[in-house]
Amino acid sequence: MKIVVCIKQVPDTKGGVKFNPDGTLDRGAMLTIMNPDDKAGLEAALRLKDQYGAEVTVVTMGLPKAEEVLREAMAMGADKGVLVTDRVLGGADTWATSTTLAGAIRNLEYDLIITGRQAIDGDTAQVGPQISEHLNIPVISYAQNIKIEGDSVIVERQYEDRYHVLKAKMPCLITALSELNEPRYMTPGGIFDAYKQEITVWGRADLKDVDDSNLGLKGSPTKIAKASDKVRKGAGEKVTLDPDESVSYIVDKLKVKHVI
Amino acid sequence: MNLEEYKGVYIFAQQVDNEISSIAFELLGKAKDLAKDLNTEVTAVLLGSGVKGLADQLAEYGADKVIVVDDPELKDYRTEPYAHALASVINKYKPEIMLVGATAIGRDLGPRVSARVATGLTADCTVLEIGDFPLQPVPGQEQLHNQLLMTRPAFGGNTIATIACPYNRPQMATVRPGVMQKIEPVKGAKAVVEEYNPGFTPDNKYVEILDIVKAVTETVDIMDAKILVSGGRGVGSPENFKILEDLAEVLGGTVSCSRAVVDSGWKPKDLQVGQTGKTVRPNVYFAIGISGAIQHVAGMEESDIIIAINKDADAPIFDVADYGVVGDLNKIVPKLTEALKAEIAAAK
Repeated sequence: MKIVVCIKQVPDTKGGVKFNPDGTLDRGAMLTIMNPDDKAGLEAALRLKDQYGAEVTVVTMGLPKAEEVLREAMAMGADKGVLVTDRVLGGADTWATSTTLAGAIRNLEYDLIITGRQAIDGDTAQVGPQISEHLNIPVISYAQNIKIEGDSVIVERQYEDRYHVLKAKMPCLITALSELNEPRYMTPGGIFDAYKQEITVWGRADLKDVDDSNLGLKGSPTKIAKASDKVRKGAGEKVTLDPDESVSYIVDKLKVKHVI
Repeated sequence: MNLEEYKGVYIFAQQVDNEISSIAFELLGKAKDLAKDLNTEVTAVLLGSGVKGLADQLAEYGADKVIVVDDPELKDYRTEPYAHALASVINKYKPEIMLVGATAIGRDLGPRVSARVATGLTADCTVLEIGDFPLQPVPGQEQLHNQLLMTRPAFGGNTIATIACPYNRPQMATVRPGVMQKIEPVKGAKAVVEEYNPGFTPDNKYVEILDIVKAVTETVDIMDAKILVSGGRGVGSPENFKILEDLAEVLGGTVSCSRAVVDSGWKPKDLQVGQTGKTVRPNVYFAIGISGAIQHVAGMEESDIIIAINKDADAPIFDVADYGVVGDLNKIVPKLTEALKAEIAAAK
């Protein structure tokens, strides 16, 4: 079985967020990590590899420095890494990103594609389903359990108040939740090996069946009109009192506000 | 793509088990505002099996027209038949704006459909308005009017971005549940109902539903609660949530929680407030033993009154609380419950 896992290097949102003058993110200026949902997707792929035997290829799109997350993924147990990087691909929205990744994945053999549900920078959850549409294969979003049965995959698909047990014929795309599992650590041997291995680097010319008009900032249907730091309403009162006084304080506020 | 051909504000009227989801009414409320600004109509797209009878409800909440695709393939949500139905409606009727709820269904359906009809999609919007793009005139670039401006938080709530989709139609957005306001339903209102069936041919993309397992929950939806008593890791144990439940009961409120509590397995996911949980805006939000990570705050900061109790005086929750009490929740909460009981009894 061949599994492709899409991963993204994202700014650690616990750190600061920086913008370019055009409103797009200045990714070069921020600390980065492997996106947590993607890491769960990778872990799910590695467990399928452990259980059924599989070749796992990780694919990322980003700046050349995104090679770091491919090395990390390979140190965890992924077999191959593909970095898709090219200036003309920058500033992409989810349409242009999914077009690019689909163009890269068309060069690969796959039974299963796993992506994270969403990245912690954009929080859109759109790229996985959009890749599946470009590749004309079924998608199962919000996976919380993945099993293989013959030529099909059986997945628990989470909703707000229920889950569906779904069966799809492979090839199929699954989007993983970070709650899916606890990702394994890199091993020292794995890290050593990961840095010896070749990483495949693809640019625009290597993408299959994609049109320039659908790539990068220019090929993105959505345009940023404005981006800014969030203005919060600010703190109100803060008191430190003994428990009885604290209780009176809260009761008074609830009375003043006509809650009671 | 001739943009002029695209007219009207459309919403995806999500239903589950043939019951219309609250988000559909919220979208109608917003769609009415947008349609007024654009001098156009509101159309609800209702997909399902045996759902035609639900059209009147959509009319009462503001739909001028309801397009119904009624087919056995649409009985329970599956990506492909739903995407096929909605994309076919878009291709046939050519809406200017298409709104979808940012629910577990909408966040799957929206991207699949937007990719199929080759337009942009803005995720998880919290503000939608009609305006110009670019916002200010830019030399050498035509300023387009009557554009849908879609505002959304990103980076776990650290930033907000306003996005337009100026050169593609429809302008599509998923909208965060609990943010837009429903209108007061107009009893007896009727909409023009139009039935349409694009035809369904099952292929490899039609997945099979082997089983549907509903979570057993006796709690009310936290998004509907007027008073929320929310607990975090500081509550200490699942058993200790009893003191929060007692407080909620006295006030006629509901218990909710932070992500840490769900991750620890103390409470089910449907009670989680925050970026990866639900957005709530009750009249009163008690944040008890919640540190106030930015992802949590993003889901509750619109509450009318926020009361925080935390033993850590530096907890970020105090940055958004209207009334912050630094102290031990185990000492304060039970006493607060007793005091409120007495107050409420005295007022009767």
